[in-house]
Amino acid sequence: MTRSYSAFNILREGLRGHKGWAPLWRSPDPKPEYDVVIIGGGGHGLATAYYLAKNHKISRIAVIEKGWLGGGNTGRNTTVIRSNYFYPESTRLYDLSVRLYEKLSREINYNVMFSQRGMMVLSHSEAEMEIAARTVNAMRLGGADAELLEVKDVRKKAPILNFREDARYPIHGAIWQGRGGTGRHDAVAWGYARAADGLGVDIIQNCEVTGFLVEGGRCKGVETTKGKISAGRTGVAVAGHSSVLAEMGGYKLPIHSYALQAFVTEAIKPVMDTVAFSPMTGSYFSQSDKGGLVIGGGLDRVPSYGQRGNTPMQDTVLSGIVEMAPALAKVKLLRHWAGIVDVSPDSSPLIGPSGTEGIFINCGWGTGGFKAIPAGGYLFAHLLATGSHHDISRPFDPSRFPAGRLLDEAAGSGIAH
Amino acid sequence: MQRFPCPFCGPRDEREFHFAGEADKDRPDTTQDISDEAWADYLFNCKNSCGPTREIWVHFPCQEYFIMERDTVTMSVAGTTSVRKDLT
Repeated sequence: MTRSYSAFNILREGLRGHKGWAPLWRSPDPKPEYDVVIIGGGGHGLATAYYLAKNHKISRIAVIEKGWLGGGNTGRNTTVIRSNYFYPESTRLYDLSVRLYEKLSREINYNVMFSQRGMMVLSHSEAEMEIAARTVNAMRLGGADAELLEVKDVRKKAPILNFREDARYPIHGAIWQGRGGTGRHDAVAWGYARAADGLGVDIIQNCEVTGFLVEGGRCKGVETTKGKISAGRTGVAVAGHSSVLAEMGGYKLPIHSYALQAFVTEAIKPVMDTVAFSPMTGSYFSQSDKGGLVIGGGLDRVPSYGQRGNTPMQDTVLSGIVEMAPALAKVKLLRHWAGIVDVSPDSSPLIGPSGTEGIFINCGWGTGGFKAIPAGGYLFAHLLATGSHHDISRPFDPSRFPAGRLLDEAAGSGIAH
Repeated sequence: MQRFPCPFCGPRDEREFHFAGEADKDRPDTTQDISDEAWADYLFNCKNSCGPTREIWVHFPCQEYFIMERDTVTMSVAGTTSVRKDLT
């Protein structure tokens, strides 16, 4: 069976009618015991398993997924990858992710189609331009790339936008991150799954966790629809449903679940080769390689586990797009959907011990979990392997709430998630 | 578009309402010494139930605060009750 992807193997398999390709991963039955069990087969869970096996040489790892791989938020986002945050702690975290994404396709021999087409955050007034300059400086000090664009630079990069002087939100400039861009969301899940499986990780789909095995206050494993599984340490990466697992595990979280919607239009000719976000309208869009515009915006305002959106937010997001690029007003929507995201009080993730011994959490990524998959996995693997934080994840420990050391990125970078 | 029943105004457009927090949280007695953990637990932690839930909402136009019982999966509303004490 052919496992590795290369020009030579594609040619060889082409000549053999593509009959020799190996499945990307096995579908094993769960073993009774593992060193580490990870709940959640989305991007974060699969990346965690991969880095646990690769960086920390842990041999007995299982990923347990109640549905199918990447069927939650990993398959429901708008695929934007960026690190344009305000606080140095956040920039270190998200830029680690961008750096890992930059070498990911080569590292795992699977094309995640990370296209560094750049991301712009528009400014609509002189006052916003001053704040934009502050953000650019903060990003650079934090080690990420950032540039302040004047309106003529914005026009050159994205001529489809609304440059009329009588626009309700006239464009004065933008924060530009050239290393930002988009990736292929399913490929990230599948690529990490294939790489983890290649290192011996058992990926168990259609297996729901129904409880934790807690003895004397310590978690010794999980109960699942496929039986009991013992675990040395258990990691929970189940964005959207983090609170449901918390209740089972006897720990508390500062998380609210909300629906976040996204939209794709019919395919049109290339009109946009970057990502543009307007904080004033709250909407953003990019164009996929197939030609569809991929559109996103803010959260629905009603806490929900319903995995579907409501109409007021559709109004808001789509009117925002029409304001940003009036020429797109008549483009038809092809489909839209919603994912359930974890919203934390300071719009920053929670990585750390859960409060119940033996259970560790990776949650609270809000609307921006996809871009953080490599870093989330890398840091969560470090935590699960060693029992202590990597320097980059330490500020995101849940103990920041009683300590009052919040990392309020909703206020810091003006990005509402 | 969903309509929520305001106890004062009756059924109104969901955009007129604001989620104010979970119901039935016990505020620590701030006249006593409270630990950082107990205070943070009150401020930040929540049940975030998947399914039936009890929440505090406010209807902006009339400023009525009320308890709404609803289901966070089906989004159906079981009922709303005012929190005004002079009504009882």
